[in-house]
Amino acid sequence: MSALPPYASPLQRTWYYSFRVICGLIFFFLIFPILVILPLSFNAQDFFTFTKEMLALNPAGYSFKHYQDFFTNPDWQQALTNSVMIAPVATLLATSFGTIAAVGLSQSHVPYKPAIMAVLISPMIVPLIISAAGMYFFYSRIGLQGTYWGVVLAHAALGTPFVIITVTATLVGFDRSLVRASASLGANPVTTFFKVQMPLIVPGVVSGALFAFITSFDEVVVVLFLGSAGQKTLPWQMFTGLREQISPTILAVASLMVAISIVLLTVLEMLRRRSERLRGLTPG
Amino acid sequence: MSDTTAGQVLTTKDGKPLKAALARALRREKLRSLALIAPLLIFVLLTFVAPIVDMLFRSVENSIVEDTLPRTVVALREWDPASGQVPDEEVFAALYGDLVVAVEEKKHTRLGSRLNYEESGISSLFRKTGRRVNRMDEAGPFKEQFIDADDKWDEIGTWQVLRQFSPPYTDGYFLNAFDAQRTADGIELKPEDERIYMLLFGRTLFLSIVITVSCLLLGYPIAFLLAALPLRSSNLLMILVLLPFWTSLLVRTSAWKVLLQQQGVINDFLVWTGLISDASRLVMINNQTGTIIAMTHILLPFMILPLYSVMKTISPTYVRAAKSLGANDWTAFWRVYFPQSVPGIGAGAVLVFILSIGYYITPELVGGTSGIFISNRIAYHISSSLNWGLAAALGTLLLVAVMVLFVVYDKIVGIDNVKLG
Repeated sequence: MSALPPYASPLQRTWYYSFRVICGLIFFFLIFPILVILPLSFNAQDFFTFTKEMLALNPAGYSFKHYQDFFTNPDWQQALTNSVMIAPVATLLATSFGTIAAVGLSQSHVPYKPAIMAVLISPMIVPLIISAAGMYFFYSRIGLQGTYWGVVLAHAALGTPFVIITVTATLVGFDRSLVRASASLGANPVTTFFKVQMPLIVPGVVSGALFAFITSFDEVVVVLFLGSAGQKTLPWQMFTGLREQISPTILAVASLMVAISIVLLTVLEMLRRRSERLRGLTPG
Repeated sequence: MSDTTAGQVLTTKDGKPLKAALARALRREKLRSLALIAPLLIFVLLTFVAPIVDMLFRSVENSIVEDTLPRTVVALREWDPASGQVPDEEVFAALYGDLVVAVEEKKHTRLGSRLNYEESGISSLFRKTGRRVNRMDEAGPFKEQFIDADDKWDEIGTWQVLRQFSPPYTDGYFLNAFDAQRTADGIELKPEDERIYMLLFGRTLFLSIVITVSCLLLGYPIAFLLAALPLRSSNLLMILVLLPFWTSLLVRTSAWKVLLQQQGVINDFLVWTGLISDASRLVMINNQTGTIIAMTHILLPFMILPLYSVMKTISPTYVRAAKSLGANDWTAFWRVYFPQSVPGIGAGAVLVFILSIGYYITPELVGGTSGIFISNRIAYHISSSLNWGLAAALGTLLLVAVMVLFVVYDKIVGIDNVKLG
């Protein structure tokens, strides 16, 4: 599918261009729903579609009122606060447990590795509704249902597989002789970990942490069952908003969240490049 | 170690046999790796695996009857349901004794609603009898007094249900999940108009297949294009795939809600272009169409990324060789390129299928009543009907389906090769 050769037949030419048009349409399908909410969130009316003023690019058709509502409405502010309280703690738990375990898993002799791996990855595979059901039953038995720590622990468990996968991926390219070199120069294992291993696997750890963060920040099924009104997060508020009183403030929130995901995507891409560069430098 | 066959045992510097020293080093290494893994393993076992096991247990657990009516359960063992007569005075006396305690602890209504899942009417029977039981004559005879309180005590069916569900474990929830019930002639399917779960499982399966196929049809050309383009432009286009991937699920669902509504952007556009009239706006949401469109969009990146990573490894020289040997474009693609991309199709399709079969949020918001999945029913039983046992049984069935699919995925891709982004 590289450049069209000069000897291409008319049929080939037609196919070449129609294939690009088809691909263009699919890309449009992928990106259009996300882009369309950005202008709609500035709608001066409480409609979910473009008004005549908006199409005429009349400034009167646009306003910040939905953003204003988001930043002043106590419900949304409480939801934002709850999300900000839950996600970082869950991320911290998932990342610290996950990184240490990934280092352990990357050693050359791990007994029962497939079984351990299956258990550690399972939160990612089991459908969320089943995790939510199980956690709801179990956490209400032990009194964690409807508590802050119940939600945090559940979100941390859901985030760990991502940390394991990303950190293990960076450790695959890790040169073990660096650890031996550090040990032979008199560093103890802890110093070796923080001074030698950690700087090299940092991209994996950070991208794992980002995945864990987005898992918790985006998660709605588990928190819907496990949380009580005191743990109402941003996605939960959006979910009820979409199901019951559909308000255009949701579009403002959605636009802000798209902005967050663009930032996350950029950070991840930079990390990937850095990791590739670093690995290019490490010998062997 | 008494390995003397070699005549001479290799030793380390401090005189220990080399073999033993190596074994010890290996053991220490194993222990160290386990010690590093242990915190997370324990964490996941406690916060995640234990709840799942608890759910599996709940799908068969049924100790409530024995806990609430211990004496009745024992007395009922003597009774023969085939005799065609309700139990005798002894059983009623035991029931009286149990109910007095249960009413005092307010446990009889919970038992009533539990047994109501098996036969409707029992819930009100227990509530009604519960109100009467304190006014009954303690000296007996109890049989007449109970039948006087509610005729249902004179029906064999009531006692059959009570006896059938007195053991601490039951297959009742699973039978329910399979739309079956236990009757006097053994297990049989429920009347046709009451079979909802098999219908829901079938629909979940059907919609997941439709979604997987549409993801494949849309994802294959994109992955093909991305793999064929030079790295610079493919990286740029990759952003168009990754941005939806990273955008919140609820954001994408709300976007579709906005687009597909009858007063939404797509309908407005179609009316404006004159393709449809204002009166005949398309109904694209709160039905299966809504679920299929929105979920195809949400899961498409999960198809494109594995396909792309497989297609990237297919060397273009094979297709060139095929063409130089006289194959036309189509033959070269179909006979040479396509077979090499099949592992990617397998990986992407199984991944999308696993994800879609357990989806909850999107069908709930855009699926209406005809586009909902089995997971929505599970959620309903947990939060609205409070039939937790049935929710657990349905969840167990769904879990088994996903596990089987996952073993397939593991065979195709390998659990260690899961890559993100």
